[in-house]
Amino acid sequence: MSLEQLRGKLFYQGVLLGAVALLTSAALALAARVTEADIKAAEAADLKQSLTQVLPGEYDNDLLKDTVTLPGTEGDVLVYRARRAGKVEAVVYRMIGHGYAGALVCVMGVSREGKILGVRVIKHAETPGLGDKIEPAKSNWIHSFEDKWLGEPPLEKWGVKKDGGVFDQFAGATITPRGVVKAVKGGLEFFGQNRAALLDEAAAEGATK
Amino acid sequence: MSGNYGRISRDGLWDNNIVFAQILGMCPTMAVTSSATNGLGMGLATTAVLLASNAIISAVRDLISPDVRIPVYIVLIATLVTLVDVSLNAWAHDLYKVLGLYIALIVANCAVLGRAEAFAAKVGVGEAAMDGLMMGLGFTFALTLIGGIREVLGAGTLFANAHLLLGPAFAFLETTVIPHYKGYLLMILPPGGFMVLGFLLAGRRVIESRRAARAQLVAAEAVAS
Repeated sequence: MSLEQLRGKLFYQGVLLGAVALLTSAALALAARVTEADIKAAEAADLKQSLTQVLPGEYDNDLLKDTVTLPGTEGDVLVYRARRAGKVEAVVYRMIGHGYAGALVCVMGVSREGKILGVRVIKHAETPGLGDKIEPAKSNWIHSFEDKWLGEPPLEKWGVKKDGGVFDQFAGATITPRGVVKAVKGGLEFFGQNRAALLDEAAAEGATK
Repeated sequence: MSGNYGRISRDGLWDNNIVFAQILGMCPTMAVTSSATNGLGMGLATTAVLLASNAIISAVRDLISPDVRIPVYIVLIATLVTLVDVSLNAWAHDLYKVLGLYIALIVANCAVLGRAEAFAAKVGVGEAAMDGLMMGLGFTFALTLIGGIREVLGAGTLFANAHLLLGPAFAFLETTVIPHYKGYLLMILPPGGFMVLGFLLAGRRVIESRRAARAQLVAAEAVAS
């Protein structure tokens, strides 16, 4: 039987589809195995880079390994702790805000004293040219949070100027900065509620005894 | 034979260009061409997929039953795209962060399936690979052109972030065409893509009709003399 005749048989077509599926999934499985370690390393480097942006200064522990998960207002929050000589000096965690076009994923670093070390919006879908001034490459706005805490400005002033707060809004885009301010405020409240757990006070006391 | 390859090159780059003549692959075209660098990166990734899919499909064309060819092509193309996706993620991670979202869109680029069906399944491996390469380069040219125009009009820069795509040696490509430009938002948003493409298509029609008129004139003169 020639190849031509064989190709018309239902049986041949089934075997052909099966063989193609088998070969391609084998290729994919192989590729997944070969690239797995490199992809993990690249993603860890990415994460570390985004964390250290909001964490100035020197720390002596491996941030990515020293984590604690605590319940927040919108699901669990994974917190990375930066230590010096075993003492937690700062914590970094993610807060989700609500912007004009979906979620604003912010990371914020907070010092032991509850002051903001830095904030970055790492993922958003705001309008280019209007709402994207929350990116440090486009505007300095995101740096206006640095050194702020829940007493400076006072609690009721934690909003954009339009709402009677102290933070600037952008021309043509109020919803975006409002979302970020709200997320950061929520982050500081989260810090206040969980201070002892975040700073690992139990372990620190144990160490001094 | 060399004339054949010349024909294939002309077809891919201009006469039968995926974007300007076939008007295929509009989804990635509109999605990524907000800057020249993005257009170039997407074009090169698509070229790699087109070259590989054309060559593989041509090599196994005698084994494939016509009745089940489409699922076979789609599985092959999807596999190739996934391979490009994971290798970029692992070994060119900075580029992946820029393009990653769009790589999967190559599967949805009907031009890849179109070339497999219309060309690669009927000719030898050499010609099929050449066709894949040239169609890919034509697509790259179109995307980079649209991206460049949108970027200059929309942001006042050209090839911004090229070093992420091509390595630090190519940082010299990054130019600011219009300094202190406030940007023209419409060009970066999807409508700008459609407008730029529309003007380019019109421009191509003008060039083609002038060329046809000239050819007719030459033919008429030849007959008259």
